[in-house]
Amino acid sequence: MINFQYARASDVADAVRQIAADPTAKFIAGGTNLIDLMKEDVERPSRLIDISRLPLNAIEETAEGGLRIGALVPNSDLAYHPLIEQHYPMLASAILAGASAQLRNMASTGGNLLQRTRCYYFYDIATPCNKRVPGSGCSAIKGLNRIHAILGASEYCIATHPSDMCVALAALDAKVHVAGPAGERVIAFADFHRLPGDTPQFDTNLQPNEIVTAVELPPQGFAANYTYLKIRDRLSYAFALVSVAAALELEGDMIKEARLALGGVAHKPWRDTAAEAALRGQAATETAFVHAADLLLRDARGYEHNSFKIGLAHRGIVRALAQAAQGTPQSQSNKKIQ
Amino acid sequence: MARSSTAAPIADTIPVPRKIPVALIVNGEETALNVAPWTTLLDALRDHLGLTGTKKGCDHGQCGACTVLVDGRRINSCLTLAVMHDGAKVTTIEGLATDGALHPLQQAFIDHDAFQCGYCTPGQICSAAGLIAEGKAKSADDIRELMSGNICRCGAYPHIVAAIQQAMGRS
Repeated sequence: MINFQYARASDVADAVRQIAADPTAKFIAGGTNLIDLMKEDVERPSRLIDISRLPLNAIEETAEGGLRIGALVPNSDLAYHPLIEQHYPMLASAILAGASAQLRNMASTGGNLLQRTRCYYFYDIATPCNKRVPGSGCSAIKGLNRIHAILGASEYCIATHPSDMCVALAALDAKVHVAGPAGERVIAFADFHRLPGDTPQFDTNLQPNEIVTAVELPPQGFAANYTYLKIRDRLSYAFALVSVAAALELEGDMIKEARLALGGVAHKPWRDTAAEAALRGQAATETAFVHAADLLLRDARGYEHNSFKIGLAHRGIVRALAQAAQGTPQSQSNKKIQ
Repeated sequence: MARSSTAAPIADTIPVPRKIPVALIVNGEETALNVAPWTTLLDALRDHLGLTGTKKGCDHGQCGACTVLVDGRRINSCLTLAVMHDGAKVTTIEGLATDGALHPLQQAFIDHDAFQCGYCTPGQICSAAGLIAEGKAKSADDIRELMSGNICRCGAYPHIVAAIQQAMGRS
């Protein structure tokens, strides 16, 4: 870890002022990802602006019937909040599928959105990485790429976004509230994270002088028919090889509304509205689920070590949609996949 | 260890920061420290306060050996800065026993032989204390899942789960 200065922000406006005044500064909240990256010399901020005491830790009902989650609500508090457990159990399940109890106690909602890839080469400063040092090359494309992307990657970067929570938020059509020098704005979740293209150093469309203040959930939480199915190398405390957030609104056997998002497969939570549209109006059968999986994976591309993910994702989608349709969501304690 | 880096040498341009005063209530005792900004809570406990019961394992939040309770919640003390916890109540393994009597979890770990080398044990016990306070674990599966942030390379997991079940029964 390099030498850095430390300052506290007194309110959101002060936080924005401080970050705008120093392009080499970073916010710190839970710190679980940032401090790790600083110990690895991957992140080298000159100044940390501590936002952990700002009053952004409330979960409030919105006038529209949804919820507004403060950016500093810890992941564990969010997962165990009665309104989340009751109305948005897919979000609770996804959060509890990720990290450990200790990390969930520390990590903030906003920080979860902004965590960085766990690509081995991004973490290893002795190797080229376009995300860490733009223009230096991608070590993963011809290196060890078992955990890497199968969708939306580029010749510059094949890293994946590591979050579980964000996969559920993508499926739930959440919005991200941010504040900056010009005031506040709202970003649709699908537009918050970005694909790597030729600028993989940018994970999101958040501007350097902006701060995430809240995540908003719309009213529909799909509490009856949902699942979060996470497939990984060990049963707990590991990042997803493939994860699937699936949510259905059923009328009898017919699918009235469908949501489908994948984690572990792309530079951002991968929600596919075409696959969702193909499910709408269909009977909730394996035939329809297979068709949706075919559609979602139509442009999937594997690399030397991760081609298995395409088949894994296909089976995961079909299984997750079946779990959602049956109203039997994946348990995050008993990991047997039903 | 020397490392090559292509990142800009920002550190060279930053003045060395002053140490920052931090007040912590550690195991019920008020303490006043002056720490550099980069001092983790783990290093503050071990190197500044001499409380070496909390262990440094991976130093990256992956092993759980550094688990302590901050304001009653279990966290990885290696992934947080001491300066961020001014005014906080910190409980380490040294603070669990009361009046010379072992904490029920400490006794349960002895009763069930829930360790071999013992290096992970302070973190395991602090984590289990947090788990019991959270009140979410109802089954052995739940305990295994909610203790997955604590690694035991001796493989004492079955006995650790049994010890926690014993302590849950008493609390």
